[in-house]
Amino acid sequence: MAVLAELKNLTKYYGPRMVLNHISMQVYEGEILALLGPNGSGKTTLLKVLAFLLKPDAGETKFQGEIVDEKNSERMRLQSTLVFQRNLLFNTTVFNNVAYGLRVRRVPKIEIATKVTEALKIVKLIGFEKRSAKKLSGGEQQRVALARALVLNTKLLLLDEPMANLDPKNASILEEVIVTANRELKTTIVLATHNMFEAKTMPHRIALINDGRITEVGSSADIFGRLSKNLASFAAVDNTFNGTAKITEAGTSIVDVGNGILIEAAFQRQDETSVFISPQDIILSKRSLESSARNVFRGRITQISDLGSLVKLTVNVGKLFVVQITKRSFSEMDLNLGDEVFIAFKASSVQML
Amino acid sequence: MVERLNPIVDGITKAFQLIFSGDPTVYGIAYRSLFFSGTAAVLAILWGTPIAMLLSLKDFPGKSLVKGFFTSLIGMPTVALGLILFLLFSKDGPLGFLQLLYTPGGVILGEAILVTPLIISIAVNAIESVDHEIMNLAETLGASESQAYIAVLKEAANGVIFSGLACFNRAFAELGVALIVGGSIVARVGGTDVLTTDISMYIARGNFSMAIALAMILLVIVFGINLIILIAKNPKAIITWGKMPQ
Repeated sequence: MAVLAELKNLTKYYGPRMVLNHISMQVYEGEILALLGPNGSGKTTLLKVLAFLLKPDAGETKFQGEIVDEKNSERMRLQSTLVFQRNLLFNTTVFNNVAYGLRVRRVPKIEIATKVTEALKIVKLIGFEKRSAKKLSGGEQQRVALARALVLNTKLLLLDEPMANLDPKNASILEEVIVTANRELKTTIVLATHNMFEAKTMPHRIALINDGRITEVGSSADIFGRLSKNLASFAAVDNTFNGTAKITEAGTSIVDVGNGILIEAAFQRQDETSVFISPQDIILSKRSLESSARNVFRGRITQISDLGSLVKLTVNVGKLFVVQITKRSFSEMDLNLGDEVFIAFKASSVQML
Repeated sequence: MVERLNPIVDGITKAFQLIFSGDPTVYGIAYRSLFFSGTAAVLAILWGTPIAMLLSLKDFPGKSLVKGFFTSLIGMPTVALGLILFLLFSKDGPLGFLQLLYTPGGVILGEAILVTPLIISIAVNAIESVDHEIMNLAETLGASESQAYIAVLKEAANGVIFSGLACFNRAFAELGVALIVGGSIVARVGGTDVLTTDISMYIARGNFSMAIALAMILLVIVFGINLIILIAKNPKAIITWGKMPQ
């Protein structure tokens, strides 16, 4: 595969702090590359360098074989677009937001109207053209931001935590759009995420980044399949647990992750393993429910975070589990910090890393 | 007590008569004031906004000092500025060749200089309150640096417009610059008298009815503009105004 972008020995400081530490990597044409790492690992800074918004303090950036510097960065930016993690929208209509990049490129009006309509169709926001972009829901705003990037059909599309703070419906739409854009438009995509489930399903390759360093690069099967030590060190990633597995008579595995927490998983594995349970797969209740879920734990709510239409709760059952529920459920259940709750998830929801 | 109030009541009554009769003198002065202050505000916006953008979006040594300097100039006494401009524009002054003293142009320029620090300070606040990533957003969508600045300015448009209205208010209601630089010349063509200078003049002459009439027009316009600013900032306030809380 041809190399689209290349970083050689890149270093970037924010004041005295080294944010990118001698980063070298290549981005191939037509691939989806995930930058996987915890918060503060340098993912956003790296994306901004690839978007030619930030000049590195040392090292070299190449795009399509050409070295990028101050003289040509403005021209290069026409080939690369970054969708920010925060919903960054202009204070105007959805149409004007999506059309902005086209107007800057002096695309004729008639063509702008057609392209904007096509882009909104892809992100399933047809009919939203005249609505105020800032008054949309979080998920809709993220889709507007994506449409605004897709409409430009740049060679490189950079996505900073695209699925963060999205409910499952919007996350699913976004994932479909990203995969379609890569497949149909042959757009090269680099997405930054701290969510291992996201990194496992979409990209062709994964680059692990931690403390400003690329620690490992490989295919998804490679990184997750051989239980990368670097991956297992991402202790800060939600609902990832290291433990010892034992195969049961029923053909499942019981993974002892410590503190008396035994997780039943629907795969067969013996000895050391790492498991992950998606926050969306965990059911939260105030009473113990009779269900098919093999994993039920009692604990207390230790943290509550408002994510717009969703609420993220951390529950301490002996180990910390992150659960994601809708705001409506949260208020109907009248949940508060310190409340005793039950979490439940199926054995099939447990993913082996 | 009643006897002491008689001249005031008399003055107010005659003032209403002057206003509602469409007295040409009254309205001529009002129009000239609006024209001078309006033009001054526009000039201040034109040269003040780029300065505000520079102070908001660019980093340079001494930036805080420059910002502080403009903020401190907001409180400049109008008579002090009037005196400085008089000395500059007078026949023997360094800018005497411009022949601006006692001319409408001189008044407009003086008022524009007076309100420039105000527009810079308010516009800087407005621009700095725009999300700092908007520049990056515009640039990643293909904008050049200047196009990105315009994108930021558009996001701060409400604040910049309010700063323009605030400038107009300040220019409209000031006395010192108009009096000293303009000389308050009463003339059909080339006159430099405005509402504030004429209020002062008519009081000195004992013509209270004219003074009150002009003061009422001045207050209506100033309060009217503040009301417009208030409504524009919160249109819902008008819809819910008067409704009892539930």
